[in-house]
Amino acid sequence: MNVPPAVLTVAYIITAVLFILGLQFLSSPKTARRGNILAMAGMVIAIVATALDTSIISWTDILTGAVIGAPIGFISARLVKMTAMPQMVALFNGAGGGAAALVSSGEFLKLLNAGTVPTLAQMVPIVLSCIIGSISFSGSLVAFAKLQELMTGRPITYAGQQIVNALVLLGIVGLVVVLLTGNATPGPFIGLIAASLLLGVLAVLPIGGADMPVVISLLNSFTGVAVAVTGFALNSTVLIISGTLVGASGTLLTMLMAKAMNRSLANVLFGAFGAVKSSGPQTAAESSGTVRSASADDVATLLAYSRNVIIAPGYGMAVAQAQHAVRELTQNLEKRGVDVKFAIHPVAGRMPGHMNVLLAEANVPYDQLHEMDEINPQFESADVALIIGANDVTNPAARNVPNSPIYGMPILDVDKAKNVVVLKRSMNPGFAGIDNPLYENPKTMMLFGDAKDSVSKLAAGVAAS
Amino acid sequence: MDLFLIQLTVFVLAVFVGYHVISKVPSMLHTPLMSATNAVHGIVIVGAMLVAGAAIGGAIGHAIGLAAMILGAINVVGGFAVTERMLEMFKGKAGPGQS
Repeated sequence: MNVPPAVLTVAYIITAVLFILGLQFLSSPKTARRGNILAMAGMVIAIVATALDTSIISWTDILTGAVIGAPIGFISARLVKMTAMPQMVALFNGAGGGAAALVSSGEFLKLLNAGTVPTLAQMVPIVLSCIIGSISFSGSLVAFAKLQELMTGRPITYAGQQIVNALVLLGIVGLVVVLLTGNATPGPFIGLIAASLLLGVLAVLPIGGADMPVVISLLNSFTGVAVAVTGFALNSTVLIISGTLVGASGTLLTMLMAKAMNRSLANVLFGAFGAVKSSGPQTAAESSGTVRSASADDVATLLAYSRNVIIAPGYGMAVAQAQHAVRELTQNLEKRGVDVKFAIHPVAGRMPGHMNVLLAEANVPYDQLHEMDEINPQFESADVALIIGANDVTNPAARNVPNSPIYGMPILDVDKAKNVVVLKRSMNPGFAGIDNPLYENPKTMMLFGDAKDSVSKLAAGVAAS
Repeated sequence: MDLFLIQLTVFVLAVFVGYHVISKVPSMLHTPLMSATNAVHGIVIVGAMLVAGAAIGGAIGHAIGLAAMILGAINVVGGFAVTERMLEMFKGKAGPGQS
């Protein structure tokens, strides 16, 4: 079909506008779905426009690829559990990074087949896109494997790790120099991709499960940048704009997550946080050293006769699949006129905003979910702070124990509430392996057991009060 | 080099638009944001179509085009589907379908 290039350009501009509007609509839960649909429409327009491009002379590979890929994407998107959302996003992210690297490789092959010597302006974006896309691809796969518990979520470290990583990075730099100085041949190109894939794996291995929100955000931004650079290689404005939007988004989320843990990005990437069990006593001086254990009935009574309850959920709640029981408890409390709010720490869960999705799935209305900065001043007037499966984000050591690994991290001020109830499986330390003096606070009651089981008992207890 | 400069302009402007738009998204919606941006970078499927459709030739050319298409399609379809699934769960207090 003969479509003037101007028509295609206009179509791509519309796509870019729809993507931007779509993301803008994500600024409120009321309009967010509309935003997603706008972005979807933008994607359809871009695909249709590309289908009309005269440079497409064969449809076999396009259709075969779409017929294989689309159902895989759709079915996994429908089937994935909300708790597994981080690894799902990691996979889709890796797919995008891999696609970007492949597209640039194809572009490189095209230049080679044309028999001309590729210019520097052609090679630079191709090389960059291959490096970043490959790192994003393999890094996302390792992040997936960690989150899916196909391998240990703990940091994997070994002697000389950073030297090995530095050597691989040096190798990449060396190959780039070779490729850009007139030696654009398949050999070094394949070597470059192999080294980049290796670096992606090596870079994510030493990062612990609790740091995954940062890593996933960072990989997200990597894929965005890879796609933008691919846009430079293909002279495609829509790829540049879209990729850059994603790159900006991922970068912003990465910075927010690192800030929420009071750690620099370098520390997350190279610190192997949680690799070593914390050494030395870190308990605050004022703690009594004893832990007060309570029964479900005691806690249910306490909750039933409170006016304000703030629930601080953590990833442990999701692991125990306790969200629905939590919703039931909330409803039973509200029937008695108790005001219930949720305090959401920015790094609760395994990716940014994960906890909100898990609670939304359990039909908790989003008006009840409050961000840390908004809810922290309210703990003082709360009768009960109920902590379900959260640990480090409630640890007062972050505030007052300078030698604690999490010192300086912003936390939920649960210990300011009149009563603190902690639902916990056992006295084992949390993901980061740090003692929590909150448990020894005289106003803290511990309710041991499976979170789902405990919350169900509380819900029943409150209903019976 | 002119073309490159135009692209660079677009890139720099997109950085600012991106930063501006994304910073307005509340943390409550950060997971859907991430999966939506995930779907948006699926735009690489456009590049995949061009590579796969150009019939670069040779088994390697086919393999690269096909693999890029498969990954791109997974990215686009999966990204949008999972975002839609998450967003339909977000309901306000007075929202319809409230249990």
